Amino acid sequence: MYDPTVARLTYRALLGRRRALILGALPLLLIVISVVVRGLAGADDQTASDLLGGLALATMVPIIGVIAGTGAIGPEIDDGSVVYLLSKPIKRPTIILTKLIVAIAVTMVFSALPTMIAGLILNGNGQQIAVAYTVAALVASIAYAALFLLLGTVSRHAVVFGLVYALVWEALFGSLVPGARTLSVQQWSLAVAHKVTGGDLVTSDVSLTTGTVLLVAVTVLATWYAGQKLRSLTLAGEE
Amino acid sequence: MAVEHPPATPAGDQSRIHDIGYRGYDGPRLGRAYARRSLYSQTLRGSYGLGRSVKSKVLPMLLFAVICVPAAIMVAVAVATKAHDLPVPYTRYAIIMQAVISLYVASQAPQAVSRDLRFKTIPLYFSRPIETADYVQAKFAALASALFVLTGAPLVVLYLGALLAKMDFGHQTKGFGQGLLSAALLSLLFAGIGLVIASVTPRRGFGIAAVIAVLIVSYGAVSTLQAIADSQGSSGAVPWIGLFSPVTLIGGLSSGLLGGTNTFPGDGPSHTQGAVYLLVIVGLVAACYGLLLRRYKKVGL
Repeated sequence: MYDPTVARLTYRALLGRRRALILGALPLLLIVISVVVRGLAGADDQTASDLLGGLALATMVPIIGVIAGTGAIGPEIDDGSVVYLLSKPIKRPTIILTKLIVAIAVTMVFSALPTMIAGLILNGNGQQIAVAYTVAALVASIAYAALFLLLGTVSRHAVVFGLVYALVWEALFGSLVPGARTLSVQQWSLAVAHKVTGGDLVTSDVSLTTGTVLLVAVTVLATWYAGQKLRSLTLAGEE
Repeated sequence: MAVEHPPATPAGDQSRIHDIGYRGYDGPRLGRAYARRSLYSQTLRGSYGLGRSVKSKVLPMLLFAVICVPAAIMVAVAVATKAHDLPVPYTRYAIIMQAVISLYVASQAPQAVSRDLRFKTIPLYFSRPIETADYVQAKFAALASALFVLTGAPLVVLYLGALLAKMDFGHQTKGFGQGLLSAALLSLLFAGIGLVIASVTPRRGFGIAAVIAVLIVSYGAVSTLQAIADSQGSSGAVPWIGLFSPVTLIGGLSSGLLGGTNTFPGDGPSHTQGAVYLLVIVGLVAACYGLLLRRYKKVGL
C-alpha cells in the first residue's frame, strides 16, 4: 500500500526547488515571534497558550496542511501529468495512500515540530503546554492532510476552498457560532490534546469521544473517497 | 568525397521573402492605449468571473455577497431600532471583514497574473504594441478596482441605509468619504502585495497560499505582539508594531488620520503616527509597482 517511487516524486513536488524555503518561512516566523514574546513578556503560561493556540494551531497548521495536502496531487491533476502516473500498474488507492503519508509527514515536520520548539521557547513546557499543542498539531496534521488531499482530487480550486474552510469556518464562524466548533478539526485535535495532558489551559468544546470518532471518520472517509475519485478521474481542460 | 557546397548566396535581390498571397491589413490600428484598456477591462471582468465559466464565478460572487450581507443586516437593525448612528463606523468595516478581503485578493491575484506565466502568453502580449509598464499598470489598476468594488459596495449599502434612516447627513457623508478613502488605499496596497507575490509563481495554488500566508499570518502575528506589548506596559510600542502587517497599516491609518475608531489595544496612533502610516502605505504601493516592473522586464522572454 506504499509505493516508494510515488513517495519520492511527491516529496520532490512538495519540497523541490525553492518550495521548501517558502514552507519553512512560516514556522520560522512562529519561532521568531516566540523568541520576541519571551523577551518581552518572560515565561507566562497564559501567553504561551494564547500564542500557540491562536497562531500555531489555528493559522499555521491549516495553512501548511492546505499547501501540503493539495500540493501533493493538485498540480499534477492541473497540468495533466497525472495521467502518466495513473497509467502505471499501481492501484489508485495506493497512490492516494502514499501521497497522504507524504503530505502528513510534511505537515507534521513543518507544523508540529516548530510548535514544539516555540512552546519550549515560550515557557519551557510549563504545565505541559508545549506537549499539548504539539499533540494537537500532530493529530490535526493527519486530518487536515487527508481532508485537503481529497479536496485536491475533487476541485481545481482546492486551495481556496481549503483556506475558506480553515480560516472562515474554523476561525470566523467558530468564534461566532458555538455549533460550528463541533465540526472543526482544530477542536477535535484540542480534545485529544486535552486528554493527553489533562491541563486546564488547553480545553476543547467537544468531548474526547466525539473528537476522536470524528477525526478517524473524516480521515478514513476522505482517503477512501479520494481513492474512488482518482479511479474515475476525468481530466478537464483549463477553463 | 568532399562535396562542393555552393558558395553562400550573394546578397542582393536573390534573397527575398516570398509574397505568398496573404491579404494585408490596412484597417485602423487601435494602438497602445486601446490594448491597455482592453487588458484592464478583461482583467477586471475576470476578477468577478464575468466572461469565464460558471465555476469561476462562484467564489468571487460568494465573497461579494458575504461582505455585503452584514452591512445590509446592520442597516436593517439600525432602521428598525431608530438608531442615531451606525453600529459600525465606515472605516472600521473593512478591518472587521479583513479575512474575506484577504481571501478575495489571494484567489484573484494569481488569477490575474499566474496563468499568463504558466501558459507562456506573456511574450504574446509583449509582441503587441504594449510595453512592460502598460501590462503592469493594467493588471495593477484592474485588481485594485476589483478590490475597491468589493470594499466600497458595503460602504455604499451602509451610507444609503443611513440616509434612509434619516441620520445626520453631514456626519454620515464625512464618515462615508473617509471610509471610501481608506478603502481606496486598502485596495491599492492589497492589490500590490497580492500581485507581487502571485507574479513570482506560475502555480496558481501556491500563489494563493502564499498571499494568504502573508496577509493573515502577519496580521495574526502583529495583533498578538500588540496585545502582549500592551499588557506588558509598553503601550508606546503598539502603534509602531502595527506598521508590520497590511491590515493593521490600514487600521492605524483610519484611526490616526481619518477619524476612525481605534482598533489597537491601548491608545490608538496619534496624528503624527498616522502620517507615518500613510507614508509607509504609499511607499509600499510604490515599491510593489517597482518590483512588478522589474519582474516583468525580462519575464518569459
